[in-house]
Amino acid sequence: MRRVRGQLASGPRLLLLAPLLLFLAGAYGIPFLGVVRWSFTQPEPGIGQYVKLVGDPLVLSVFLRTFRICAAVTVCATAGAYAIAYLWVRGTPLQRGVTELCILIPFWISVLTRAFGWLALLSNRGLLNSWLEGIGVIADPLPLVHNEFGVIVGMTHFLIPFAVFPIASAMRSLDERVLLAARGLGARRLRIFWTIFVPMTAAGIIGAALIVFVFSLGFFVTPAILGGGRSVMVAELVYLRMFQSIDWGLGAAISVVLVLIVGLLLALLFRFVRPASLAR
Amino acid sequence: MSGYRPGLFAIFAAAAVAVFLLMPLLAIVPVSFTHTRYLAMPQGQLSLRHYRELIDNPDWLNSALLSLRVGLVSSAVATILATAFGLGIWMFRPRLAALLVGFVLLPMVVPPVVSAMTLYFLLTTLSGFNDIVGYDSWLGVALAHVVMIAPFAVVLVLVALSQLDRRIDLAARGMGASVAQRAFRVILPNIKFGILTAALLSFVLSWEEIGVTLFITSVNAVTLPRLIWMGLHDNIDPAIAAVSVLLITVTILVLLTRLLIQGRRPIAWSSRARHRRQLSARRDQAEG
Repeated sequence: MRRVRGQLASGPRLLLLAPLLLFLAGAYGIPFLGVVRWSFTQPEPGIGQYVKLVGDPLVLSVFLRTFRICAAVTVCATAGAYAIAYLWVRGTPLQRGVTELCILIPFWISVLTRAFGWLALLSNRGLLNSWLEGIGVIADPLPLVHNEFGVIVGMTHFLIPFAVFPIASAMRSLDERVLLAARGLGARRLRIFWTIFVPMTAAGIIGAALIVFVFSLGFFVTPAILGGGRSVMVAELVYLRMFQSIDWGLGAAISVVLVLIVGLLLALLFRFVRPASLAR
Repeated sequence: MSGYRPGLFAIFAAAAVAVFLLMPLLAIVPVSFTHTRYLAMPQGQLSLRHYRELIDNPDWLNSALLSLRVGLVSSAVATILATAFGLGIWMFRPRLAALLVGFVLLPMVVPPVVSAMTLYFLLTTLSGFNDIVGYDSWLGVALAHVVMIAPFAVVLVLVALSQLDRRIDLAARGMGASVAQRAFRVILPNIKFGILTAALLSFVLSWEEIGVTLFITSVNAVTLPRLIWMGLHDNIDPAIAAVSVLLITVTILVLLTRLLIQGRRPIAWSSRARHRRQLSARRDQAEG
């Protein structure tokens, strides 16, 4: 009887699990191996593309710039997310509701629209420059976009909501009574914040920082629009090599290197943060 | 004593971040009413010409319809695949569950540009075999979008399942329900909100998708984001401001509707959960 049931169960189990697994294996897993193959065969067989990656000063400078921008974005987005998550978790019900909307509205709006919003705000004839010129503070528009500054601002804006979720879940799991006890013992707000709140939510901070860094490494749309072709990042370099220089091999090699870096960072991430707290 | 609330400085810092988050969205609104042909703040006179442009130029409507079609097809397929997969993981708890889920979530974690490259490889290869699903075709775009959005749908379905009481399913099983009866009569009705959310999120993600779409389309399958991208790149077209204002409005409306529906839900759920707790407490008493 048991055995019959076991056999019956394996049919439905396969029927439920197999479609998505087969689909992704065919449409994602195998094609990725194809990309890996490109990196070794295009335009000629060998590890030439990887040698070029290390030797080409242009590629190296793009990688360096990417790391620099990603580091800046990680610091800004994590700090901003921490500030807003604090109010979202610990505020009064009204404050919580308002903060939640402020986090969710940008989160659901497309990356294109958000980058365009920064153009409307920061470009030469944008809101900020028009206003500053109107009140006579500046004579010429400030160069706020089409440079690294614009890229960092736009990416920070995109990534803050992603950083909020792990931080907020760490803050939620902190027992309020610890804070009340510290207050009861006479500690000031600032001291409670730095000696209790921050250390006890450190896992959330590290998780958020790693998520932001990993996401920003492969970023493409925001830098392409706000960088204006001047501060090219790795992902945009892949696009340019693919469709302007038609150098598939180098694009593929950069992709493989990116996957390796991200894999390494994710392995780090899972040592600090439980996957469950990321599922939110 | 009331709870531990943020001080003035914390509120101020959070407000600054909130302003930072909303500012660029608000900045689009005045730009959309400019009467100039280039991106600029309206000086004096307001104009609706860029909204007119959206109606007069058929490209906008065509690309919106294409995005709608791609979004509906890909989110339906992704939601069905993700629901089946989630059910399989939840009902049978296979030994390698963590590994299988990890594999399925890959497209979400891998840098988008790498996914784009991978899907470019897939679709150009497919183009060698057929004319229907391939590079720069609408079904090709839909196929690629399913790959990109399925992980998000899986996460939402698994979250919904994790909130479901396993004893409901055990009871059904104990009374001799078949696998199909358990799935269709017991589990699915209980997670229907989770599945609807998964479908909604998948649709929105497909509707907005640009990173991958840029790699796999050129002139035939121009989705709405792709058209916006083209307008952003050459000479910035203020019609983009008009279309952005419309998109933001729709997003906020959908979000508010969802909050309203959810706002009603937690009450129903928490009362049900309380009822469940009371039941089990009573049973423990009876047993003890």
